[in-house]
Amino acid sequence: MNRTSPPVKALQYLALAAYILFLGFPLLWLVSASIKSSQELAALDMSLLPKQFHWDNYAVALQKQGLTRSAVNSLVVSLLSMVFVVLLSMPAAYALARFKGRLRAVGVGWILVSQVFPVILIIIPLFIILRDVRLVDTLLGLVLVYTTFTMPFALWMLQGFVAAIPTDLEEAAAIDGASRFQTLRRIVFPLLMPGIVATAMFAFVAAWNEFFFALVLIQSPENYTLPVALKMFVGGEGKVALGPLAAGAVLATIPSLVVFSILQRRLTGGLLAGSVKG
Amino acid sequence: MTITSTVAPSPTTQDRRPRRGRQDRSSQQRREAIALVFPSLVPIVIFSVLPLLQGVWYAFTDATLRRNDTADFVGIDNFTRLAGDSFFWSSFRIGLIWAVSVTLLQLVASLGLALLLNSDLRFRSLTRLLALIPWAMPPVVVAIMWTMIYTPNGGPLNAALGAVGLPSSINWLGDFNTALPAVIVVGVWIGMPQTTVTLLAGLQQIPAELSEAAAVDGASAWQRFRNVTLPSLRPIVVSITSLNFIWNFNSFGLVYVMTEGGPGGKTMLPMLFTYLEAFKNRNIGYAAAMGVVLVIVVVLILAGFLRTQFRKESA
Repeated sequence: MNRTSPPVKALQYLALAAYILFLGFPLLWLVSASIKSSQELAALDMSLLPKQFHWDNYAVALQKQGLTRSAVNSLVVSLLSMVFVVLLSMPAAYALARFKGRLRAVGVGWILVSQVFPVILIIIPLFIILRDVRLVDTLLGLVLVYTTFTMPFALWMLQGFVAAIPTDLEEAAAIDGASRFQTLRRIVFPLLMPGIVATAMFAFVAAWNEFFFALVLIQSPENYTLPVALKMFVGGEGKVALGPLAAGAVLATIPSLVVFSILQRRLTGGLLAGSVKG
Repeated sequence: MTITSTVAPSPTTQDRRPRRGRQDRSSQQRREAIALVFPSLVPIVIFSVLPLLQGVWYAFTDATLRRNDTADFVGIDNFTRLAGDSFFWSSFRIGLIWAVSVTLLQLVASLGLALLLNSDLRFRSLTRLLALIPWAMPPVVVAIMWTMIYTPNGGPLNAALGAVGLPSSINWLGDFNTALPAVIVVGVWIGMPQTTVTLLAGLQQIPAELSEAAAVDGASAWQRFRNVTLPSLRPIVVSITSLNFIWNFNSFGLVYVMTEGGPGGKTMLPMLFTYLEAFKNRNIGYAAAMGVVLVIVVVLILAGFLRTQFRKESA
């Protein structure tokens, strides 16, 4: 084994400290701003701990009609997109993993291309299409769009999980006379559960965090999702009410953070598999 | 395993039909596959394939967002007009500066962090956790957070500069000279997690024996990094860099929330420019032409990059 010399070690720790500062300080500042009073926020002072905990900011943020309503909208949109993504991608992921040949090549190709999709070119006609069927400025329209654009990556994740299930099990079931559907329901589905959970969480976070489509497709304030509502808050009263703005921002982050902490291990594995073999 | 207990017990295998021909079976398989894939294809075709084609068509029309507007075919008029549109090209230049610098800085910063996380230091798990949080956060929240950091009066950045006697009244996001670098830093911050984690996973796949053998042969740490680590990591570096470049070029929310393209268009990324043309000026034909140009340029740059990389690899 080679030992690192003390000066090198010191430099490494210095670099690590710089990274921790760069990555961590903004987060701490946001949390700290959310519990500071407006007087303290206006002072040129960079202490992270407030002189007094000012939890009022959270109460103010929660009482804002716009913010709570948009949080409910975000929740509805994210849950519905999650359900649609899972339901639609399960059978397709199975087909992609199990049936080799042209279908698989086309499917995988499409998934990779969709990662580089020019959303700016798509959003224009998409807006017109949704306007023609009166789905612009509706949550349902947003759900359909999120389902479509989350599906490629969800499929990619899920087919990896399917591929990990040994085919022997299915063949054994087929020999025992189980139909394809029975095999899927009784054997593949239970084994696929962890993958389904991971995919569902990914779809939830993707919809919860999304901003661009929501900005273009949603027009009336009562249909805003949380990111759009926060953006409008920044441009409006958030200029003066920094504390409540920070509190709202912290609250908006919590769901994604919780889901993501459970999810991260699976997600990173999937991404790497894609990038190495792609 | 508990699987065996869930298998449907079905002893009636005697009535199985005789094996069918291979031809027959594969066509049945294909039908099955199509049935499984079909439900997911419907939304993809309606909401992404058709719009993409329609978007390309719009680029050759004078379509606007006005109701009952008919889109008339105008040939390449939009493109000739675009060629002389200095605002578009200045936005395009800003977009390239943004995408290239964010991507490169992301790579360097993440590689450094991944190497640290791959060595035997303390606080690794804390750093790992910190490095993941930006990934989970809504971009709008990240933008709000950094706007607070950059606040000219009462922001911690200026306060820190003032504390060490440096100029402390810089309007980071409002000044012509600092706005673009300031948003680039945020772009690096938000993109670091994914790059770091991917590179770290790549580093962990490199067998430690390789590096140890080189050390025994007297290679310095730098030599080991250059000649052992970096070549093994190369495929991952190439793919994550290409993806990052595309993601950064297409990035919208972060900069839109922080500056809306200002001050004076200094942070007007092409995505923002096109968005404003389509949905504020309501000229969707012209905006679609911009979209087409952007896509073509990204594909060309990427093709060029991948070509040089593959050539190096085979050399």
